[in-house]
Amino acid sequence: MRALVVIERLADGVDELSLQALAFGRGLAGGPDVHALAVGEGGADLAPLLGAHGVSEVHVAEHEAFVSYAPPAVARAVVDLVERLSPGLVLAAGSDRGNEVLARAAAMVELPFAANCVDATTGDPLRVTRQRWGGSLLEEAELAGAPALLTVAPHVVAAAPVDGAEATVDTFTPTLSPDELAVRVVEHVRAEAAGVSLSDANVVVSGGRGTGSAEGFAVLEELAELLRGAVGCSRAVTMAGWRPHTDQVGQTGTKIAPDIYIACGISGATQHMAGCKGAKKILAINVDPEASIMASADYAVIGDLREVVPAVSAEIRKARGT
Amino acid sequence: MRVLVCVKRVPMTGGRIVLTEDAQEIDTAHLGFTISPHEECGIEEAARLIEAHGGESVVLTLGAAEAEEQLRDAMALGIDRALHLDSEGSEWDGQATAEAITNAIRAEEAASGTFDLVFFGNESADAGGFQVGIRVAHALGRPCVTGLKGIAVEGSGVRCEQEVPGGRDVYRIPFPAIVTVKEGLNLPHYPSVPAKLRAQRQPVDTATPARQEQRLRKLRLVVPESRGKRAEVLGEGPAAAERVVEVLREIGVA
Ligand SMILES: Cc1cc2nc3c(=O)[nH]c(=O)nc-3n(C[C@H](O)[C@H](O)[C@H](O)COP(=O)(O)OP(=O)(O)OC[C@H]3O[C@@H](n4cnc5c(N)ncnc54)[C@H](O)[C@@H]3O)c2cc1C
Ligand SMILES: Nc1ncnc2c1ncn2[C@@H]1O[C@H](COP(=O)(O)O)[C@@H](O)[C@H]1O
Repeated sequence: MRALVVIERLADGVDELSLQALAFGRGLAGGPDVHALAVGEGGADLAPLLGAHGVSEVHVAEHEAFVSYAPPAVARAVVDLVERLSPGLVLAAGSDRGNEVLARAAAMVELPFAANCVDATTGDPLRVTRQRWGGSLLEEAELAGAPALLTVAPHVVAAAPVDGAEATVDTFTPTLSPDELAVRVVEHVRAEAAGVSLSDANVVVSGGRGTGSAEGFAVLEELAELLRGAVGCSRAVTMAGWRPHTDQVGQTGTKIAPDIYIACGISGATQHMAGCKGAKKILAINVDPEASIMASADYAVIGDLREVVPAVSAEIRKARGT
Repeated sequence: MRVLVCVKRVPMTGGRIVLTEDAQEIDTAHLGFTISPHEECGIEEAARLIEAHGGESVVLTLGAAEAEEQLRDAMALGIDRALHLDSEGSEWDGQATAEAITNAIRAEEAASGTFDLVFFGNESADAGGFQVGIRVAHALGRPCVTGLKGIAVEGSGVRCEQEVPGGRDVYRIPFPAIVTVKEGLNLPHYPSVPAKLRAQRQPVDTATPARQEQRLRKLRLVVPESRGKRAEVLGEGPAAAERVVEVLREIGVA
């Protein structure tokens, strides 16, 4: 089957999640008929890299609209290719932009769209397993019509280079209506750099309602600093106004994948755990030995975080002789 | 100014999801219900916009009869009026949901005037389809920006901010427009008791749209396998600190 994969570009290459979507699409296509769409100038430079990831032909959409992200224009480029190539599958990464572009394309061609798939089986109809509740629940579903449009949930398959030849390049100009040019990024506001970011941190020390107050986070900040980590929190905390939403871990917060997640005074609701299931290890510090989080944590300390956390910091200092 | 917010009633699951025997739904026998935090921010923003600019705010849901609870919750937070599209119990897929909402918007606008802004969540809490708002925008031929963390009215349109790696991307779109929003857009307030009482008396209009054929057809739900172990208890109270640091060393972070 022919697959078309929409690629998200970075300044210096291809986003990792797009390479994962390529690996997923290649497996599903069951053959070498894998096409990629890269929008914007310089897309042709990706031909060696995409070829090495199993792409036979890369289609580069060129138009002045693509100097900044313009979601309806990208979706139109997808639809133009769908008409020209008649793929059986159209895939993208289950990222903000991947989901947005495929939902728009699906609306244009009046077909169903399955977001964040973890598995799929070809057939008529195509069958998918997809994430609900941020991955806390899975749904098996059938997708009517062709092509099947789907995104691939992040980190369910690894990017996998093959011994592919360089992809051939086809350059085209999509036909864009004025409406499709009207929604676009017109400005970028850069964030002021602030310490270790939550999404990239190796260690995250996180607090829940059990911290008791905004001031209750001082002991967590101290431990995070000693471990060169970031501070996170639960939604109970952001709703109370103790921490900004940018610190929230979970289904509607940030998704993290640290080496260790230290969850202090957090009960372990599914919506919270949806944000930290990528953590390699989880340590729960909780007064309640029956808290739900005990079922997903690797380690636990039963006790009051206000005593346990400072004791851990003191022990680290002692060991370091500082 | 006229503003609409679309919300979806979902079960409030706790620490573990339990399914009904036929694996079609979450077993909600012991659960309360809520909406996505994203949609709560949509409600808060709509109420604030109408407070600042005057006009009318409306909340809409497609759901079972019980979804009236979520409509009243929204009105307790400052929304003026509610539209209930009765789904007759079952969940509808993204295409069918978008079509029902699009038709309801057309009917409502023919009667009371165009909505300058329609708010959706970036994704629903349960289905996570990432599509209903975009499909409605496409059907109505209106500009749409997704996943907003910031919004400001500027003249006869809105400035929209989206969080991206390294900062924020900005879009400007004219009214009438559709936006999908994320939690963090604002900090929703809690409803007052008088507001809750008032919401019980506010009007809810009901319609029963025809259910379309499902094209993303749910076969069954599956609870993913858990790590299948219980946490190793390192100790109780501050006395556990030494073991904790040993573990942090093993992991290579201390
Ligand atoms: C659609 C939806 C999306 C959501 N998204 C998110 C999300 O992104 N992130 C998120 O976090 N939540 C999210 N939630 C909310 C989630 O369901 C929970 O309500 C929330 O995670 C609870 O936060 P908590 O664990 O801090 O509070 P609680 O559940 O109240 O738990 C507090 C814990 O602290 C322990 N404790 C109390 N005192 C101490 C002490 N002194 N020392 C040690 N332990 C103590 C208690 O034993 C308890 O286990 C979402 C909910 C919904 C419906
Ligand atoms: N049944 C529904 N009733 C009203 N609004 C809905 C419904 N389903 C989805 N929506 C809206 O569409 C958004 C995106 O939903 P989804 O495409 O399922 O992720 C949600 O956050 C809601 O704002």
